[in-house]
Amino acid sequence: MLKIEGLRAEVGGTEILKGLTLEVPTGEVHAIMGPNGAGKSTLSYVLTGRPGYEVTAGSAELDGEDLLALLPNERAAKGMFLSFQYPLEIPGVPALTFIRTALNAQRKARGEADVTAPEFMKLVRLRAGELKMDFDMLKRALNVGFSGGEKKRMEILQMAMLSPRLSILDETDSGLDIDALRIVSEGVNALRGPDRSMLVITHYQRLLDYIRPDRVHVLAGGRIVASGGPELALELEREGYDKYAGAA
Amino acid sequence: MVAVKKTVQQVENLEKYQHGFVTSIEQDFAPKGLSADTIAFISEKKGEPKWMLDWRMAAYERWLALNEPDWAKVSFPKIDFQDSYYYAAPKERTGPASLDEVDPEILETYAKLGIPLREQEVLAGVIGSPRYAVDAVFDSVSVVTTFKKELAAVGVIFCPMSEAIREHPELVQKYLGTVVPVSDNYYACLNSAVFSDGSFVYIPPGVRCPMELSTYFRINAAESGQFERTLIIADAGSYVSYLEGCTAPMRDENQLHAAVVELVALDDAEIKYSTVQNWYPGDPETGRGGIYNFVTKRADCRGARSKVSWTQVETGSAITWKYPSCILRGEGSVGEFYSIAITNGRQQADTGTKMIHLGANTRSRIISKGISAGRSSNTYRGLVSIHPKAGGARNFTQCDSLLIGKTCAAHTVPYVEARNGSCVLEHEATTTRLSEDQLFYAMQRGFSQEEAVQLLVNGFVKEVLQELPMEFAVEAQKLVAISLEGSVG
Repeated sequence: MLKIEGLRAEVGGTEILKGLTLEVPTGEVHAIMGPNGAGKSTLSYVLTGRPGYEVTAGSAELDGEDLLALLPNERAAKGMFLSFQYPLEIPGVPALTFIRTALNAQRKARGEADVTAPEFMKLVRLRAGELKMDFDMLKRALNVGFSGGEKKRMEILQMAMLSPRLSILDETDSGLDIDALRIVSEGVNALRGPDRSMLVITHYQRLLDYIRPDRVHVLAGGRIVASGGPELALELEREGYDKYAGAA
Repeated sequence: MVAVKKTVQQVENLEKYQHGFVTSIEQDFAPKGLSADTIAFISEKKGEPKWMLDWRMAAYERWLALNEPDWAKVSFPKIDFQDSYYYAAPKERTGPASLDEVDPEILETYAKLGIPLREQEVLAGVIGSPRYAVDAVFDSVSVVTTFKKELAAVGVIFCPMSEAIREHPELVQKYLGTVVPVSDNYYACLNSAVFSDGSFVYIPPGVRCPMELSTYFRINAAESGQFERTLIIADAGSYVSYLEGCTAPMRDENQLHAAVVELVALDDAEIKYSTVQNWYPGDPETGRGGIYNFVTKRADCRGARSKVSWTQVETGSAITWKYPSCILRGEGSVGEFYSIAITNGRQQADTGTKMIHLGANTRSRIISKGISAGRSSNTYRGLVSIHPKAGGARNFTQCDSLLIGKTCAAHTVPYVEARNGSCVLEHEATTTRLSEDQLFYAMQRGFSQEEAVQLLVNGFVKEVLQELPMEFAVEAQKLVAISLEGSVG
């Protein structure tokens, strides 16, 4: 599914990713952990094409196709989704309108017909219910005046509605209380499947109790410095990142 | 959002300024330049009574003594008033024509602009499609007014101003110049001297006008100005919704459009006045050409509990200088101003409103949304004035500015005068830049950049768009999209 090789990227002239190599096979969930400033969010932005993140070397492919040559919306249409660490507010645009228009924009790019209003409403009601979201919230402007936890739920609702093939969750657990964390995790787990992959970025092992990864990678100093099974997350929780500090 | 998608498709098929063509027809002109002779010529052409000519001449005398205002935040070279035509009209037109007598070239022009002039076409439209009457003003004259008979059946008068002067002198004499006095300001005074056609509307007591009324202004002739005059009177307990639209060809020279619009609302009457202004804005790169839109619009809420609502979508013109205002004279009268002003390229806009609270318990509401892009400058200038007798007056003002890119400017200049202690005034203002982060967020969800800009802009202006009559809201949304096309590089 996702194949990254020797990826180097800089922001404002400072190199953040320094030769990152990572592969996420189809159907697997991989976690990326690492200390602050290791380049975790940078990786998510580079993969989704945020302006200002310049790739200087290496490659990133989605199903063998060069991702880096595509616009952010083209990557979205290919099935890439980023759950933002800090979701943006979109004044004046109701969440329902935003999600439906986004879904249809992606479908159009893939040469598919628009989803009809009744189909959409039925599905969005179902998904919002699963995430224990008040449906009236979806009629309000997207994320405007939402709490941190509500914004994160809204991200997962969008993910559920867009049903991406590769989801990147950037610190989705931050700002969530324990109940919300459980609900959001259930929402994420419901999207796991043999043809979908996920990259879960987090500081803490806590989230991985709910979203069990197939593989865990340690990102430090702009590179993957260690990889292992779920037990690696527990080890990091116990011993911290000091061991990998030298790797930078 | 279906509308957004539709907008995008339409934008893809359109040139930047789609109304920039010229209609080639033979026209009558007044001699170039401004003089007493020019004014006599115009008055003669229109077959006006002597009182009207005297009124014009008095205005001209006053104008000669006035100076151009210089307080607006706009800059342009001094206008040479002798280097312009003050009257241009399609040839061989005498009196109100039936549609069959109108030059086919002109009909073609309106067809291209999408303005329905044939009543049967409007009537034959899709079931539930809007019906609205049109007064089509081409340079200095009205070429046709539709649905006059239907409107007359309920007592509504909707006709060109020149016809009203001949046919309804008692109404014109009673109201003309009572809202915007002859010497109110430099451009209004000029208008009073040389005005050509505009629309005249009278709604009799208790009548709810059965359809939307609209005037479509088209400047076609080169080196000419358009000086229309519109007067709308809503008698006691009546209601009317009126819309004006404006376009002009693309030309290298600047053309002056100095209109005066006067609205009078008597007891319990309501006037809803909407403008979709899309004059040629000039070349976006060099700033050459474009219309100078120097307009005086004012409403007098003369009667108790009367209401006037101004809604404007200003996307065109090289320079816009206009402040649609309400004099809230009647007790409990209400004034509203909803505005979207968009500047792009080298456009300059200094626009806003004045709410003059004279009567007790008068209320006003101002919602202004300014969007600047390119190298443009966009200023909101507004006055809320509470006079000593306006006890219990209320105003709510909200001015939001949105900046797109790094080379444009937005300014907000609100003036507030309160001379009665029992009034309640609220003012909110925000200035935001269309953020790269928001654009990226929307693009990550699948929107193209243009779609993302439109989504965010539509969200920003939504409060105002929903004040427009439904059928025009769609047009306006399209216009907003076109005006900002290519504004994010």
